[in-house]
Amino acid sequence: MKYVEVLVVGGGPAGLCAAISAAESGAEVLLTERSSILGGQLIKQTHMFFGSEKQYAGTRGIDITDILIDKVAELNVEVMKDANVLSVYEDGVISIEQNGKYMKVRPERIIIATGASEKSLAFPNNDMPGIYGAGAVQTLMNIHGVKPGHDVLMVGAGNIGLIVSYQLMQAGVNVKAILDASPTIGGYLVHASKIRRMGVPILTRHTVKRADGNDSLERATIVELNEKWQEIPGTEKEFDVDVMCVSVGLSPLSELLFQSGCEMKYVREFGGYVPLRDSNLKTSLDHIYIAGDVGGIEEASSAMVEGHIAGLAAAMSIDKQHPAFESLYKDYQEQLDSLRAGHAGDHIRAGMAKASL
Amino acid sequence: MLERTGIASKEQVASSFPSMERLAKGPVAIIECFQRIPCNPCATSCKRGAMIPFEDINDLPNLDHETCNGCSLCVFNCPGLAIMVVDYTYSDTHVSFKIPYEFLPLPQVGQMVKGLDRQGNEICRAEVLQVMNSKVMDRTPLITLAVEKEHLMTFRNIKVVS
Repeated sequence: MKYVEVLVVGGGPAGLCAAISAAESGAEVLLTERSSILGGQLIKQTHMFFGSEKQYAGTRGIDITDILIDKVAELNVEVMKDANVLSVYEDGVISIEQNGKYMKVRPERIIIATGASEKSLAFPNNDMPGIYGAGAVQTLMNIHGVKPGHDVLMVGAGNIGLIVSYQLMQAGVNVKAILDASPTIGGYLVHASKIRRMGVPILTRHTVKRADGNDSLERATIVELNEKWQEIPGTEKEFDVDVMCVSVGLSPLSELLFQSGCEMKYVREFGGYVPLRDSNLKTSLDHIYIAGDVGGIEEASSAMVEGHIAGLAAAMSIDKQHPAFESLYKDYQEQLDSLRAGHAGDHIRAGMAKASL
Repeated sequence: MLERTGIASKEQVASSFPSMERLAKGPVAIIECFQRIPCNPCATSCKRGAMIPFEDINDLPNLDHETCNGCSLCVFNCPGLAIMVVDYTYSDTHVSFKIPYEFLPLPQVGQMVKGLDRQGNEICRAEVLQVMNSKVMDRTPLITLAVEKEHLMTFRNIKVVS
């Protein structure tokens, strides 16, 4: 059995910031990451971030990863990569698998920052080769340098669908159209405009009717929807594409939280089941904290701020107080409030009202 | 319209342009940002005090066109690539546009490229006057183009054909 003060599960933007703030508070931290690279989804984000300078606005996601990893390296943080957290037991013991080796850890505090997984879309032949989630397309292109195909139909006009479309075009891939079942574009309109002026049509109120091909995707059929989200017969359009990229939202990866026994609730605005939490990001269990998308789908900028809050608060709860705790804590809470203040944060504020302890 | 198609309306585009009197005085930034989102690098990057500081990070940019001299700092700092600089005084017949362009291959100075509108339709030919890609621009190169004056309100993008 290994003993640590703070265990952070997940090395994405939220987990990295949680590890940084907990370690800067004087706690000894163990950070586990299931893949072989730290950074989570940040390592695929080649675009400049929004937000303010405090959340690295104007800096590209790939460069934010390096800034955070460098900070972690300077601090008292033990990093375990290729490490899967398998279970969270009632007595607070955690089991981890790393390179075929099984081990147990007993942390005083756990910060769960496992992120989210992509939602799927139901239509005939949706399991055909050539049909990807947007995250997989980004992994192929931006991590492995592999072009996913020649002609793409993007399904989903949220920020991820729009950003991945732009990255595909930068990689020399032809994006034939972006469609979304919603009546309006869900992502930032500046992202939509920069793709539209490259000549790519954005078709709102449209969905996928079916996919066809011999061994892999060759053709996608889409159809227009009416105000009741029902298909309008006769409005079918066909696209000759070898790639369909599905980007229809994310769902919190909350299995470990379910296992821990903390109080969970389905919150539509947050994309699925999330733990109830207080303003310190502590769940209904005193030793378990959360940060980032696992607590509700949002942007990486707020995931980083949440990581800092959870790190400060978890350390504080075991008497490891950051020398500047008061001012930092207040500043991070204010950053979260301002990131969520606008129209884009309406659903986040609605979700918070439902998920707060 | 914009929220359904990604294409700003004529009225929205017109609202982001200054008066003809201001345009006649030289380079100025044109900001096409019509949605309140949490983002402020345009305001924090402006060194001239032409961008009115935000009270709330969700504020829309508010540019004092008289103070702006078209320096272009905000153009490559905008994560939404929503800003360009227009110089109506470039010549009697042509206006110059400085736009952010994150695609390869970059055009060469002197090259003729296709000029596109906000829907990506080809509307004119444009001559490349300058290509800037310094370290401070962090991989958002700025391309300056000469475009006939009649396309002042419609030109917005280029297509580079080799």
